[in-house]
Amino acid sequence: MTITQPVGLAPTDRAERLLGGDLTETALRLHLEGLSGVDAVGLEQRAAGLSTRSIKTTSKAWALDTIIRTCDLTTLEGADTPGKVRSLVAKAITPDATDLTTPSVAAVCVYGDMVPYAVEALGARHGDPEKGLVSVAAVATAFPSGRASLAIKLADTREAVAAGADEIDMVIDRGAFLSGQYGVVFDQIVAVKEACARPDGSRAHLKVILETGELQTYDNVKRASWLAILAGADFIKTSTGKVSPAATLPVTLLMLEVIRDWHRITGEKVGMKPAGGIRSSKDAVRYLVTVAETVGEEWLTPHLWRFGASSLVNDVLLQRQKMRTGHYSGPDYVTVD
Amino acid sequence: MAFLEYAAAPESPSILNLKAQYGLFIDGEFVDGHGDVFDTISPATEEVIASIAQATAGDVDTAVKAARRAYETVWSRMSGSDRGKYLFRIARLVQERARELAVAESLDNGKPIRETRDVDVPLVAAWFFYSAGWADKLEHAGLGPNPRALGVAAQVIPWNFPLLMLAWTIAPALAAGNTVVIKPAETTSLTAMLFAEILQQADLPKGVVNIVTGPGPTGQALVTHEDVNKVAFTGSTNVGRMIARQVAGTQKRLTLELGGKAANIVFDDAPMDQAIEGIVNGIFFNQGHVCCAGSRLLVQENVHDEVIDRLKARLSTLRMGDPLDKNTDIGAINSAAQLERIRTLSDTGENEGAERWTADCRIPDKGFWFAPTIFTKVSAAHSIAREEIFGPVLSVLTFRTPAEAITKANNTPYGLSAGIWTEKGSRMLALVDQLKAGVVWANTFNRFDPASPFGGYKESGYGREGGRHGLTAYLEASGWDAPAALSAASTAPADGKRAARKPKQTRKAVAK
Repeated sequence: MTITQPVGLAPTDRAERLLGGDLTETALRLHLEGLSGVDAVGLEQRAAGLSTRSIKTTSKAWALDTIIRTCDLTTLEGADTPGKVRSLVAKAITPDATDLTTPSVAAVCVYGDMVPYAVEALGARHGDPEKGLVSVAAVATAFPSGRASLAIKLADTREAVAAGADEIDMVIDRGAFLSGQYGVVFDQIVAVKEACARPDGSRAHLKVILETGELQTYDNVKRASWLAILAGADFIKTSTGKVSPAATLPVTLLMLEVIRDWHRITGEKVGMKPAGGIRSSKDAVRYLVTVAETVGEEWLTPHLWRFGASSLVNDVLLQRQKMRTGHYSGPDYVTVD
Repeated sequence: MAFLEYAAAPESPSILNLKAQYGLFIDGEFVDGHGDVFDTISPATEEVIASIAQATAGDVDTAVKAARRAYETVWSRMSGSDRGKYLFRIARLVQERARELAVAESLDNGKPIRETRDVDVPLVAAWFFYSAGWADKLEHAGLGPNPRALGVAAQVIPWNFPLLMLAWTIAPALAAGNTVVIKPAETTSLTAMLFAEILQQADLPKGVVNIVTGPGPTGQALVTHEDVNKVAFTGSTNVGRMIARQVAGTQKRLTLELGGKAANIVFDDAPMDQAIEGIVNGIFFNQGHVCCAGSRLLVQENVHDEVIDRLKARLSTLRMGDPLDKNTDIGAINSAAQLERIRTLSDTGENEGAERWTADCRIPDKGFWFAPTIFTKVSAAHSIAREEIFGPVLSVLTFRTPAEAITKANNTPYGLSAGIWTEKGSRMLALVDQLKAGVVWANTFNRFDPASPFGGYKESGYGREGGRHGLTAYLEASGWDAPAALSAASTAPADGKRAARKPKQTRKAVAK
């Protein structure tokens, strides 16, 4: 390593607490590169072990409702229209019209320009998911690639917040991360978080998407998770859903372990959102088990845990109907969106 | 409700079709023993499962005679590929009846169904499949052309992996062309009896495998029987020593797989979360009833506190209870006697000054249970650092340098296994060379594969099980190069005399 003039980074409370004041890129790098490695075989074995839990009867009923309550119902297509968003919102509020005891989902997740339509369609049901209301999450910062100037990313974010988004799902600059410019990634997250501020002093919640499918190695995922948390992420999120593989159980377990370690050191709770590729109830229950046995079941609330999914909810509804009636129906007995 | 208190998800013992009483399995038939019968109980509930026959010396003699007859008339004359067909058939039947075998094993042994279902029974099938493949390829076993079977093998196996240890010993013996008389452990005969049913289903020629049940004296009658050619014992070092004395001076070949006090060495650059899992798997797998268990944790002093904190947090998520519940991690201790031994040794540890920590588990009212326990501030002189506890008890010691880690790891009369946790490949390889242990695991623990030889240094025994090396424990070199036309015909010795013994393999195995 050559000694160059230390590059100062935008200070965050978290980074200062862990790495000291006058935060520099060098200090950040030394921390990230000094983290203990991840043994891929062992990590995947542990995830496979957690997958063998057998969740039955009352536990299953609770798990199914929790999946719905913590789901970000998502549509992120070039073909999205106001009509599509309105119907997504209707589904978010009333996932199963045949059973009104079904909880609402946590949020709808849309592109920034669709936020006004989502807000309008939600009307009085717009609000905190802990209170049974539905939030609006917007992807921002040149989602999904993140390949745009910081100014554009910040404008993207500000516009979504101004339109009423409660949560911003940003992507990190994977190119900067993979080329070792941790400071760039860090400063961008800090800047986007500032752009989440509203005039009244409150702030949209920030989910930081690592796009683990592009980071490739578990060691990278671990470093990026730490980086995002230090930069101030409220949630860390696996994927955009546009890159394969999207969320996997081992990656989610690894990110939860970082969240657990952060909680161990500071007592502060950071949220987690796996997104993309989780389609069946059975799969989703495995994620709940992994959360409960890694960070604790107090994480299983919309403020700390989300599924990013588009088709998962319908499978959960079928399972829910089966538990209620004793028999399986079919895909035509739940609404398409 | 608390999600983490997962609703009960038990496997039902009603899928079993058990008899109230089991006899001996001799010459292809279930027959009554001439000794008293004894009960086999479920260690989780202390309820009687079935009564088991006790084989007398006379019964053992009948069994050995049946095995000799089968060896002379059928098994040694059969071609290797035909022997292989029977072994493949047994392997497939084990897979077909896997669920039943898993439930029976959990019921009788007390180990959780998660392990019998995901580890024990799949490995049993794998062992038969692997050995079946060898049956017609014995000339590649490293003993030269036309290696010969030994004859009748007497096998005495332990209670910790009842069906798996049966497979470990029977499968290579049969593949090599031997016939077998096997004695399961007194407390865990049930799955051996179900296995006998599988042998009947497979139409294995009568007498090729005989199963005699009973306590220690039955085993003694078996290993001292004058017409056995090979003795294989898996169990405690004390009994192994006794058997070695009894077999000394006879023509019998002997392999012993005995105790262990394995060091699991964690360096400060280890992949920490996976190392914690490995420590848990190393000592709390099968309630610590594992001869190769990582019962001595050697942790680099600068990460000691962090490792212990993380370990305690992880242990607090282990679920102890009904072995048949699919979410149980820690089952019951196999017997009252074993529980007593674990208690005594743990109390000694406390009295000698080590610091005891026990996970907060609800202990069921009935049955034999011991919550996962860690001892810190253990020194090499403490008895819990030297004696095999064979239970869910971990002794934690520290080291400062790699050299000290090696010295401490090797400072034991045993030498069955060891584990290394580091991200540094060069350190891994350097340590493997210097550890006096038959198996060294790197960044994993308690992984078994039929192709990998397994066995110990020093008081952990001699000989190897598994792989090509395990097979050669049931073969001897023929010393002559038969014409190709004869080589497939027979593995039988021409006149019953044995050729000179080949030196034993002592190569070290490195598992993934």
